[in-house]
Amino acid sequence: MPVQYTGIIDEHKAVREAAGIFDISHMGEFFAGGVGALDFLNGLLTNDAAKLADGQGQYTLMLNESGGVIDDLILYRLDEQNFFLVVNASKIAEDRLWIEKHLPPQVHFVDKSARYAAVALQGPKALEIARTFFGAGWPEPKHNSITTYSWNCQKILTARTGYTGEDGIEIFFPNDVAENFFLALLEVGKPFGLKPCGLGARDTLRLEACLPLNGNDLSEKRTPLEAGLGFFVALTKEAVFPGKAVLQKQKSEGVKDKLIAFRVKEKGPPPRPHYPLFQGAVQVGEVTSGAPSPTLGYGIGLAYVQSSCAQPGTTLDLEVRGIRVPVEVVKKPFYKRVS
Amino acid sequence: MSNIPEQLRYAASHEWIFVDGETGTVGITDHAQHELSDVVYVDPPKIGAKITAGTVAAVVESVKAASDIYSPVSGEVVGVNTDLVKHPELVNQDPFGAGWLYRLKLSAPAELDALQDAAAYKAQLEGQSPA
Repeated sequence: MPVQYTGIIDEHKAVREAAGIFDISHMGEFFAGGVGALDFLNGLLTNDAAKLADGQGQYTLMLNESGGVIDDLILYRLDEQNFFLVVNASKIAEDRLWIEKHLPPQVHFVDKSARYAAVALQGPKALEIARTFFGAGWPEPKHNSITTYSWNCQKILTARTGYTGEDGIEIFFPNDVAENFFLALLEVGKPFGLKPCGLGARDTLRLEACLPLNGNDLSEKRTPLEAGLGFFVALTKEAVFPGKAVLQKQKSEGVKDKLIAFRVKEKGPPPRPHYPLFQGAVQVGEVTSGAPSPTLGYGIGLAYVQSSCAQPGTTLDLEVRGIRVPVEVVKKPFYKRVS
Repeated sequence: MSNIPEQLRYAASHEWIFVDGETGTVGITDHAQHELSDVVYVDPPKIGAKITAGTVAAVVESVKAASDIYSPVSGEVVGVNTDLVKHPELVNQDPFGAGWLYRLKLSAPAELDALQDAAAYKAQLEGQSPA
């Protein structure tokens, strides 16, 4: 996927106002199955996989023994004994090793990342485009759910998920149909305002929606509780996943740092990763993601700061090239779709 | 193909300079603005600052990243484009005109000889993958 096709702002606006199509073939696709698959996954991932019905998905995390984030992913239950995992491109090898290290003999696991391509169709017009493209026989997935469908005699997976803050679907299919699929979908979508979008817009869209990026906002040194992802950590489930004890302790004692959202108050330079944040003379945190928001028109960012500075309304100073720029801690997310 | 005016000199790092007597006006090329896309903020040098050729003189922020701008020649800054405070997009719209970045009084005019003319810069761009 290129950084941009027609320009980041142009592509960003297309997704917010009509629709965008992203080539996300770099994402990793894993399959796990067998009688013990559910118990295995529930003992490996933070969310409660037992709550999933057939065809449902959930955002979940894979942690190391210290509670740090190895990866964040979507887990789908295809049926009682078959699960589909979509993981970050940069973590495919690491995730696979971690899974194989914990894998019991009765569960079969396969990494099909190299054989699968994927596109994300995102925006207020995304579903209308998908319906037009697939036709009446397409089993439209509900939010966070997945369905299988046959397109040109190829079995494909369509999930109602995304990484932009808009409604939309992500479609997974074998490599050899990828180019035809992308071009055919783009052609059908054009009258609806569909535009091809690159990595640049993907980053600004997810940042406005406060969806974390592993490697920036998540790392092996930060726990999901520090990242504000406690909702996706089932500490009350029976299964013991790596890092659970650390998180339980952290939950009872409180976290030292929190991932907060902030905005630049005046017309100033946009925040960027690694810029320091100050309260008076004291450095209280560091930016993990930052960019000018195409929707809002000012600089926005995510940062880990000391919990005492994490309250929305708090004013902090961002240091940009030696100059202090006032910023305000705000409620997440920056952008939420109306419907 | 990018626009490359004949009357300017070009640095390999995609800055241009227009020389009028002792004064040089510096900006980034059409190719550079296209690569950066959507300029949202410009951090100019300070008036009176003495800048050495090849060092960072300004920062241009696009949606994607903050990019350092290297001065093609040495000199003292005598003017900055204050229009860019409200309208940074001028760098995209008119990179060789209203989107200029700063002016300096040249301290070593011989440095101009090390810069490329339009033909050489065009050859440099053609040697790269298409923008």
